[in-house]
Amino acid sequence: MFAIVDYDTGNTRNLKKALNYLGVENELTDDKDKILQAEAVILPGVGAFKAAMAELEKRNLVNILREVAANKTPILGICLGMQLLFDSSQEYGFTKGLGLISGSVEQIPDTGLKIPQMGWNQNRIIQNSPFDSINGQFTYFVHSYYANCDQKNIVSAVDYGPLIPSIVQNKNVIGMQFHPEKSGKVGLELLKTFQKMVKINDFSSN
Amino acid sequence: MLAKRIIPCLDVDDGRVKKGVNFVNLTDVGDPIEIAAEYQKQGADELVFLDITATNEHRKTMADIVEGVSSQVFMPLTIGGGVHDVADIQRLLKAGADKVAINSAAVSDPELITKGAEKFGNQCIVVAIDVKKNAGKYLVHTHGGKKATDIDAIEWAKEVVKCGAGELLITSMDKDGTKDGFDIELYQAINQVVNVPIIASGGAGKVEDFTEVFEQADVDGALAASVFHFGELSINDVKQAVRKAGVVVR
Repeated sequence: MFAIVDYDTGNTRNLKKALNYLGVENELTDDKDKILQAEAVILPGVGAFKAAMAELEKRNLVNILREVAANKTPILGICLGMQLLFDSSQEYGFTKGLGLISGSVEQIPDTGLKIPQMGWNQNRIIQNSPFDSINGQFTYFVHSYYANCDQKNIVSAVDYGPLIPSIVQNKNVIGMQFHPEKSGKVGLELLKTFQKMVKINDFSSN
Repeated sequence: MLAKRIIPCLDVDDGRVKKGVNFVNLTDVGDPIEIAAEYQKQGADELVFLDITATNEHRKTMADIVEGVSSQVFMPLTIGGGVHDVADIQRLLKAGADKVAINSAAVSDPELITKGAEKFGNQCIVVAIDVKKNAGKYLVHTHGGKKATDIDAIEWAKEVVKCGAGELLITSMDKDGTKDGFDIELYQAINQVVNVPIIASGGAGKVEDFTEVFEQADVDGALAASVFHFGELSINDVKQAVRKAGVVVR
């Protein structure tokens, strides 16, 4: 079972619908035991970093998620959920994150483009991974902050002023800045790839 | 660089897409889910559903439709029509909408834009503006275009963005239904004063119209209804033509 972490953030149900559509057994939960025992954990998120971390703290899930990562259980963070995987964010003042991938979350610098980045942007791969199918494909983004992190953790990226990481990975911890559940066939394919990686436990690529 | 969006718009009346859609492979031409799935297949970048009756009873039906569509179709969904308060916005977002469009209620109660943006984020609050030219001035119309106001549309666009609108859906009533091309001047004027995405609506008749509005007014998306519904243009035709002209599309 895939546990979708339920911590009162934005629309987690669309992610659930996508997993249901793909036939991936899943449950929206904030139950510690269920999250610790899950085959994989998905951390969704819409909203602001500080409030999201506070909600995770309130439910005592911060250490649980760190334990999940340490147990080598696959974690997939999506959008704000991806940003939470990093060390910290500057959104509404400095806030510590889960620290599962090193790097900080910063405002997309103003280069004259509209902020938030809202729409379909084209990905290119930075390093080979099971997510190679994303190369050249468009996925759907809605965000004002981005992950400033080491190139070694960037799987794919889009151009929007600076290079914006679209998929990041640190072994069993994976993040997607875009919404796979809103990215049509390409997005569903990427969720299926994640499911396959979980099944064959293939997290060796970086 | 973001792709320019091609957006079909569906009018919903009591749970059915009004007038239906004329695709050969649909078994039920009025079924919102089936039509949405077909548009997804054709490569639509986003869908807009407008509840054209929007009585209390129908509002619940609309939420059910959003629930159904978002279980089968995986692209951004914008829902509008009869959105009057924060509870309406919340209901639609919870059902699976990504964005909610406010039109008349934004005029009568601009604070609704701010309340919605504060609670759910700017990115999901779209303000829809129906515009008609009168004596050389672009004026805002409400209630499905039936009520004229003396509000200047360009000033209003600025104002709603200040209130927290994350996107503008601007319909030119003069162009709507003419198939005569988008109102380029209107979008140029609005694009000069706001820095949020603009969706152009009204006037699409041929593929060149889309190229023109993207190239000349630099809008973020172009919306059309009948030309797509009745198969006069396919989304793919539009995208190919627009791409050939050097505009980035998905």
